[in-house]
Amino acid sequence: MIDKIRDLDRRRAGALHSVGDRWRALPKWQRGLTFVAFVAFIYYLPLLGIPGLTWLRTDSISGGSNWAGVLFTCAVYVLVAIGLNVVIGLAGLLDLGYIGFFAIGAYAVALFGSVNSPVVKWFQAEFDLPPTWAVTWAICAFIALVMALISGVILGWPTLRLRGDYLAIVTLGFGEIIRIVARNMEGVTRGPQGISAIPGPEGPPSPDNQIFGLIDIKPWYWLAITVVLLMVFAVRRLENSRVGRSWLAIREDEDAAAVMGVYPFKFKLWAFAIGAALGGFAGFLFASRYAFIDPTQFNVNLSILFVAMVVVGGSGNMVGVSVGAVLLAYLPERFREIADYRWLAFGLAMVLVMILRPQGLIPSKRRARELKDRAAEAEEAPAHV
Amino acid sequence: MSDETNNPVAPKIPTQPVPAKNLLEIDDVTLRFGGVVALNGISFEIKEGEILGLIGPNGAGKTTCFNVMTGVYKPTSGAVRFRGERVTGRKPHQISRLGISRTFQNIRLFPEMSALENVMVGTDSRHKTSVPGALFRLYRVRPKEEELPQVTASGGIVRTWQQVRRGFAKTFGLSRHILEERAAEDKAMELLRFVGIADRANDEARNLPYGYQRRLEIARALGTEPKLLCLDEPAAGFNPAEKEELLGLIRRIRDKGVTVLLIEHDMRLVMGVTDRIVVLEFGSKIADGRPEEVSRDPRVIAAYLGEPADAA
Ligand SMILES: Nc1ncnc2c1ncn2[C@@H]1O[C@H](COP(=O)(O)OP(=O)(O)OP(=O)(O)O)[C@@H](O)[C@H]1O
Ligand SMILES: [Mg+2]
Repeated sequence: MIDKIRDLDRRRAGALHSVGDRWRALPKWQRGLTFVAFVAFIYYLPLLGIPGLTWLRTDSISGGSNWAGVLFTCAVYVLVAIGLNVVIGLAGLLDLGYIGFFAIGAYAVALFGSVNSPVVKWFQAEFDLPPTWAVTWAICAFIALVMALISGVILGWPTLRLRGDYLAIVTLGFGEIIRIVARNMEGVTRGPQGISAIPGPEGPPSPDNQIFGLIDIKPWYWLAITVVLLMVFAVRRLENSRVGRSWLAIREDEDAAAVMGVYPFKFKLWAFAIGAALGGFAGFLFASRYAFIDPTQFNVNLSILFVAMVVVGGSGNMVGVSVGAVLLAYLPERFREIADYRWLAFGLAMVLVMILRPQGLIPSKRRARELKDRAAEAEEAPAHV
Repeated sequence: MSDETNNPVAPKIPTQPVPAKNLLEIDDVTLRFGGVVALNGISFEIKEGEILGLIGPNGAGKTTCFNVMTGVYKPTSGAVRFRGERVTGRKPHQISRLGISRTFQNIRLFPEMSALENVMVGTDSRHKTSVPGALFRLYRVRPKEEELPQVTASGGIVRTWQQVRRGFAKTFGLSRHILEERAAEDKAMELLRFVGIADRANDEARNLPYGYQRRLEIARALGTEPKLLCLDEPAAGFNPAEKEELLGLIRRIRDKGVTVLLIEHDMRLVMGVTDRIVVLEFGSKIADGRPEEVSRDPRVIAAYLGEPADAA
């Protein structure tokens, strides 16, 4: 039975690989056009009305969730997966506390942007500001990014000298600590009561908001997906550079990399900080859209879900982890029957993937460098050894 | 002994004009692992431009010696000096940048990276681009004429676009990231050609045949632009013909001005290529001298007795 599945899987994997190879073989302009069409489709998704595809919508079942809302969640999870992929997939650091950075980003916008937050109240009292004063959303975005980045460095500095399992345990603890701090420091975070009135691009949530409201989620989705595309672009740049090669070298063999002149600590810290910043920004978007957060939203289950997205999707491959994120966010919404058994289903899926395809659904394959005419040149060159 | 007739030992290259300067000095180095004394007060030096052989029976401490030199292990006592500078206590990546590189006895490539990328990790060590540079590409360098974008199209909008790009690069320079990336790739490709495996440049290292992997290790180490290259049994598992090729490669590396330290079990190979040989046994140095002298040394003969001189 298992053998049969394996065989099927192998064939499918072969097909996938040849899709990848054929894609890479296409001329540049064709790839460009396809990419543009794909992006256009992504932006069109919330309006999805193509006959034959409408069954994909989560509101096509009775009592289904808001379609654009589900898409927004998918986009945020993809952002998380891309960030976590830098840490786990590229640099090879098992981070089980990624939810901590997500929470820091979310709390950054809540604490500085909401008029209900004790921090903003303190500023108002201290500097004689009007009771409607709070830090604007755009500046909160910056604060969230920087706070997550700094917390990544602070966590990474002492722990990145640890290896493998130790790092996993320490980061797991970190994720929990952030949640517990958020719950217990009532004077700062309002503890379990949570913080409401978290602003969006148009300021605090109010019925007057034209675009970014609580009813129509489409603009939120478009905002999130735009951020995702920007980040994909940025991470791509890093992947195909000296930085990306250093990460991979560290992942493959840290000692050998060091002997070849890579300073492992420096690049591991960068990976950690970049991952943290992306996770923080995802948390920031999440908090802005829901306008309310409390500590229960950031439990360790979610952290494990994040790792599952990366591992199931295909650690090291941005397409793979994005697919993993979308599947894990979307399936329970569309197929409500499994929603109750969500964790069981994820567990099973994880085990199956680990047995059948340890590299994930869409495994990473280093893009062959486009060697212009060099490949041909090399063949001509006599091997003079 | 058919090897002997088919593959006569290549004539020894005459030593270069007396290389007097010491490139590396190992000074009374001792290293203990708990009760095991892996290195016991070892001292020897490597002269600039020579090929030095490091031999000894299994477990003699040869690899450990490499590990001490490259900063993987810190010696219990003693010091290693490279061009007069103390390297003990420095981190491996710092030592690599000073100019010591090595290969590994049990091949340790980056298996999921292509052959070319493996070498590029080495060449990267001479470059500076980090996260901000790769992300924003703001740091700009004035390119040389041949580094400017070429105008190749004969006409039309493509040509105009190429001209605009060229003009832009001329006025504002090219990003350091792009220039370094190109330099790394060119250099890596050249090294793959140098060791003779350029035909598989884009293959993942783990998919390469064994002999290619061994040579890829050498190319990667050369990528860091070492002054001293340490080869840890580079011919292990090679047949006589491959060994002969490797000898040629080692000589060509030396002729490029790189000093070579070679660990090798095959006495014939060592005798054929080295200028001088250091012999270790049980962590101690038992001989140090020209190949002819060493091969006549009774202690060396005793140490190797019972070890059926491998291939010779
Ligand atoms: N990390 C370590 N921990 C404990 N003992 C070690 C360690 N590394 C090496 N040794 C010991 O040091 C001694 C020298 O080992 P080394 O690997 O340097 O030998 P070698 O000369 O390279 O032998 P070979 O020809 O088999 O490669 C051996 O006795 C080995 O068991
Ligand atoms: Mg050894």
